[in-house]
Order: sequence, then structure tokens, then C-alpha cells
Amino acid sequence: MEGNQIMFAIFGIAIIIFSILTVTSRRILRAAVSLFFVLLSTAGIYFLLNFQFLAAVQITLYAGGIVVLIIFSILLTSQISHKFEAVELKKKVFSAIAAIAGAVLVITTILSYSFQADTAVAAEVNMKLIGKTLMETGENGFVLPFEVISVLLVAAMIGAIVVAKKSKSETEDINKK
Amino acid sequence: MVTVVPLEYLLIVAAIMFFTGVYGFLTRRNLITMLMSLELILNSVNINFAAFNRYLFPGKLEGHFFSLFIIAVAASEAAVAIAIIINIYRRFATINVEDVSEMKY
Repeated sequence: MEGNQIMFAIFGIAIIIFSILTVTSRRILRAAVSLFFVLLSTAGIYFLLNFQFLAAVQITLYAGGIVVLIIFSILLTSQISHKFEAVELKKKVFSAIAAIAGAVLVITTILSYSFQADTAVAAEVNMKLIGKTLMETGENGFVLPFEVISVLLVAAMIGAIVVAKKSKSETEDINKK
Repeated sequence: MVTVVPLEYLLIVAAIMFFTGVYGFLTRRNLITMLMSLELILNSVNINFAAFNRYLFPGKLEGHFFSLFIIAVAASEAAVAIAIIINIYRRFATINVEDVSEMKY
């Protein structure tokens, strides 16, 4: 066994176990922490694939940003000691059947198709190349999706502020109290 | 990595993660845990993009950049969703989807 195989086995098993814990844990904070480990293991797989920048973005944005946001909203909306009631057996069974049937279908399709991996040594994905490609307008450039994403981020930011802020009458009510 | 681990293994891990997310989305009744299942689904798609890029088209970067864009979309989606969830909590004092059936107040 080579180092890469061992690391892939660790990350793969961690992803599977922690993603199952994320959807079955009855304490919401534990589910959030399991989600954190799933996202970290995914970053590990990106490191194994030699996408260092993607792994760094995964850690900072997903594991750092989104998980912290989720944990904050958990603290704002739920009680930590609260435990979810168990899911009804019927719902559990039917959901499990749907998920397992889908997984079996997808995995048999994957295994029946023989992928020919291209073993050519891939070019290193360094920051210079990433910056150049993101800003390029030519055939290999990604300037259009980049700009669209920036507009989307502005819209999401404004939308989040408008949705979450208190309306004027509500603030007055609280002041009167 | 490309020579020692076959592509199928990565795809199988991503598929299991995707359908775990689907299971969570179907069984959970709390808005925040449903959002967490959604993050699992998006993340498994990202693994597929990166793996296909590295194994089948090592000279190009399409998969890499689309993973980046999906991460940005997921971040903005989470921000808006959590704003809505906090607003719902302020209005109904619960974030259980079955108790939130009115839209207009």
C-alpha cells in the first residue's frame, strides 16, 4: 500500500461515516460538527488530487465560513440540550429505500463504465495560472462566470441583509416594551 | 494518486455522500439540518468535478473552476437561507417545517 492509498482510505471512510452521522444524529450541534469533519475530509481529497488552491478554498469557505454560520444559527434558534424526537419508522424506511435504490443504481452505472484514466503528468495548478485563467477572455478563460458569481454574491449579501433585518414597526414595538 | 487509486473509488464515495444527503433531506424536519443535508449534496458534486478533471482531462481546468464557482454559490445560498431561517424563527418561534405553513404575515 502506498501513502496515497492509505490517505484516500482514511478520508473516504471518514466522509462516509461522518456524513451518515450528519443526517442521523439527534443532537443538532453534533450533526453540525460531523458536517465539519466531512468538509475537512473533502479538503483532504482535494489535496490528494493536487488541487491545493481548491482545498484551501474548501477549508476557509466551507469548513470555516459555512459551518460557523450554521453553528451560530443553531445557537440562535435551538436549545443545545434539545434532542430531536426519533423519525417515524415508516418515513425512515421509505426514505432509506429511496436513497439506497438511488445509490445502487448510480454505483452499478459507474462500475459498468470503464474509465480510461489519463496518466499524463498534469500541469501544476499554481496561483499564477489560476489568476490568469479566471481573468482571461479567450478560449480557456472564465471571466464570464467569474463576473456572474460576483453579481450573485452582491445580490445574496443585499438579500440576506434585507431579509434578516427587523422591520421598522417591529423595532418600535420592542422599544415601547 | 491518479495511478494508485482508480477513479471509480472517488465516484463511489461521492455517490454515497450524495444519497446520504438525500436521505437526510427526506427524513429531517428541522430547517437547519435540511440545509446541512443540502451542503452534503453540493459537496459530493464538487468531488466529482475535481476527480473527473484530474483523471480524465489533466491538461485542462474546467472541473477545478466549476468546483470553485459551486463553492461560491453554496456560500451565498447558505447566507440567504440562514437569514430566512432566523426571520422564520423570529416570526413563529420554531423552525420545524411542519409548523411553518403560513407565508404572508
